[in-house]
Amino acid sequence: MSITFFRRLSGIVSRLILGVSLWFTAPAAFAAYGLNFQKPVTPIGHKLLELHNLILIICVVIFVIVFGFMFYSIFAHRKSRGHKAAQFHENTTLEVVWTVIPFVILVSMALPSTATLIEMDDTSKSDLTVKITGYQWKWKYDYPDHDFGYFSSLSTPRDQIENKATKGEHYLLQVDNPIVLPVGKKVRLLVTANDVIHSWWVPQLGTKKDAIPGFINEIWTRIDEPGIYRGQCAELCGKDHGYMPIVVTAVSAEDFTKWVAAQKDKAAADSAGGAKTWSKDDLMEKGKKVYATTCAACHGANGEGVGPFPKMIGSKIANGPLADHMNIVMHGKAGTAMQAFAAQLSDTDLAAVVTFERNGFGNKAGDTVQPSQVKALRK
Amino acid sequence: MATAHHADHPTGLSRWLFTTNHKDIGTLYLVFAFTMAVIGGLMSLVIRAELWQPGLQLVDPHFFNQMTTVHALVMIFGFAMPGFVGLANWQIPMMIGAPDMALPRMNNWSFWILPFAATLLILGLFMPGGGPSAGWTLYPPLSAQGGIGTDFTLLSIHLLGMSSILGSINIIATILNMRAPGMTLMKMPMFVWTWLITAFLLIAAMPVLAGAVTMLITDRHFGTSFFDAAGGGDPVLWQHVFWFFGHPEVYILVLPAFGVFSQIIPTFARKQLFGYDSMVYATASIAFLSFIVWAHHMYTVGMPMAGELFFMYATMLIAVPTGVKVFNWISTMWRGSMTFETPMLWAIGGVFTFTIGGLSGLMLAITPVDFQYHDTYFVVAHFHYVIFGASVFGLFAAVYYWMPKWTGHMYNETLGKWHFWLTMLGFTLTFFPQHFLGLAGMPRRIPDYALQFTEFNQWSTVGAFMTIAAQFIFFYLAIKCMKGGERATDKVWEAADGLEWTLSSPPPYHSFTVAPKFK
Repeated sequence: MSITFFRRLSGIVSRLILGVSLWFTAPAAFAAYGLNFQKPVTPIGHKLLELHNLILIICVVIFVIVFGFMFYSIFAHRKSRGHKAAQFHENTTLEVVWTVIPFVILVSMALPSTATLIEMDDTSKSDLTVKITGYQWKWKYDYPDHDFGYFSSLSTPRDQIENKATKGEHYLLQVDNPIVLPVGKKVRLLVTANDVIHSWWVPQLGTKKDAIPGFINEIWTRIDEPGIYRGQCAELCGKDHGYMPIVVTAVSAEDFTKWVAAQKDKAAADSAGGAKTWSKDDLMEKGKKVYATTCAACHGANGEGVGPFPKMIGSKIANGPLADHMNIVMHGKAGTAMQAFAAQLSDTDLAAVVTFERNGFGNKAGDTVQPSQVKALRK
Repeated sequence: MATAHHADHPTGLSRWLFTTNHKDIGTLYLVFAFTMAVIGGLMSLVIRAELWQPGLQLVDPHFFNQMTTVHALVMIFGFAMPGFVGLANWQIPMMIGAPDMALPRMNNWSFWILPFAATLLILGLFMPGGGPSAGWTLYPPLSAQGGIGTDFTLLSIHLLGMSSILGSINIIATILNMRAPGMTLMKMPMFVWTWLITAFLLIAAMPVLAGAVTMLITDRHFGTSFFDAAGGGDPVLWQHVFWFFGHPEVYILVLPAFGVFSQIIPTFARKQLFGYDSMVYATASIAFLSFIVWAHHMYTVGMPMAGELFFMYATMLIAVPTGVKVFNWISTMWRGSMTFETPMLWAIGGVFTFTIGGLSGLMLAITPVDFQYHDTYFVVAHFHYVIFGASVFGLFAAVYYWMPKWTGHMYNETLGKWHFWLTMLGFTLTFFPQHFLGLAGMPRRIPDYALQFTEFNQWSTVGAFMTIAAQFIFFYLAIKCMKGGERATDKVWEAADGLEWTLSSPPPYHSFTVAPKFK
């Protein structure tokens, strides 16, 4: 079973239906409605659209033929028209025919599908590797070839979600830090998760793979043209499953090189911040930002808590001993959605956010935490 | 059997609590099922109301997830399954010429487990931290995070499973031992055949679910790590075990409906079923295949190529026996002399919607394109076409078909037709646009969505409210029919065929005290 064999077969079949499928892909009258796949931008994406159109058309044809018979019968063979029942039953020839024909149709669908699947599975000879990690409820993108990584969270303002402000064009499909990929390069994506199962899906790329804690799944993509492509987490992952979008920014190879250099500079600046001693005001200011992006989804934008998730206002932990507070933030609480943030946040971010929680929301612990203290706790 | 014919019929509450009569228990099952349908239906309205427009309007995302989870569990375990067991209880003894079910006391027990299991399931919603919110599939590690409401659900599933297994044992024992002389297996009514096969599926599948649920309970409370990668376990193991149950489960829901269609279509086409033998073999093939296709629910977890290909090919094969069934129904209608009373409308409507669901199922079987469909509204549309379109339509078809026999009164045909057409319209409006939403990229199980999905979601919401509203007609009609109306003849339908139509309408308390002659 060589790939070329399948490819040739699928090529013939897909060309045959391409003309018809155009009708499905360009429904100008329904432009606002989106009746079919979004416009693909990768070779695999195009293949999937062709394959989808092929099987959709086969299914529609079967449907029309089968129900053509049924509705004709409903129309013609009714008692009210005086039709007398013909008492025939069982016909071996007919029964063999309607077993064999569907089987042949199935084989004709299986061949191109197998070819496409084999092609999707081949992650070898990639030009770049990016590791994608799902967290409740954000994504982390690591570039192991270049030694940096960052989190990517929803950037749609809370006001829009709560209907207090007009929703923007890309409502729920916008992030603070998109994943940046070069066009024309084969990119291998390693997909995993930190807490529960997520699924990384960008429709226009034709990729969907579950992100499973303890496993690393592989997919690949090669984007044809620069642009911004949007997707969402596809596997139910808890409260904010609907609020962890994916944004891919595809740029030229040169722009990608520049972007990589800028990211490295930024990472160096961040680690320098860990060495200095911060004032309480600076910690509070930075902590407020970290809280908004990392903690507010569960503990509430104003520390009021959300549903079963505890509030920060008057929290026993935030007003209790610092060591306990640091412990729960850094190492999480088993059996709950409270994660271990030690691996997600820098020393500075941790110091700032704990300081903010202990002194914001009317909490009166009074103490501050320095990045150096966090560093010591990590050991 | 004559000695068992005791004259003592308790009345009031104790009649229902202590009954061992198949008809009383059948009624209890049906009343329970439709009560759960109301609860599950209200939950679906919460879901659809929240999805009327983008943004969070009515509920918070955590509660939304509880609604999707509990709606599914209630509809599957509380409505569809008990509904068909109710039909089996009422009909199987009458259709095979028996006085009652083979194991009447166990029959009582298998029903009375259900209200307690359902109470546990619903009570979960009121526990601190809320009810289960990980979806009805309860995938860990997410389901390991839930509060005590999740434990309520897990224990409830154990009870529901027990009830199903007991019910199935009873059905198998009845069918294999209590048929009228002369009724060989290959002469049984199709409804009895499909239930026999369904009962075997239940006995094979429910203990597997019980095993998975037990592992989840020990993971949550007793320190095991079956599904926790950090402890050496495997989150995907749950999915394999769950779907090994879950796929046969969809046939458990749908095969008895196929049996109903195969009873009703010949009656109203005034023509015998086109291919009885091939229908039996097709049902058995579907049942067998249902055990070797489970991983088509999990193409995106990262299975090896060989696994993806095997499950794709095996799943596609199901189209063959399924096609045989659809072609058979249409050939039965072909050149018949059809009339379109309400049961026939539901049956034809069911074949129609089920076939759409079957074709979208074939599309979902194709692994590479499933990567685009998986976990989108395309899947939501697909399984509602199958479970609502086949099971629920089948249930209504059966209730209308046999209601005159059960109550002794004809129902109001005009209202029945209104019920069908409004439900059909509402159903189509709700679920057909969801195909497009899924293809265009809307994930399932989200409380809020991007702006381009707004219009179709609004269609869907309007359809959902319409569908639920239409059910009031049914409840009114059913209660009216129980209280009185035009007397039904014994045969009820002009071309009805089968032993149940030889009994009076309503039938005697003990169906056949003397075994009838079967031609």
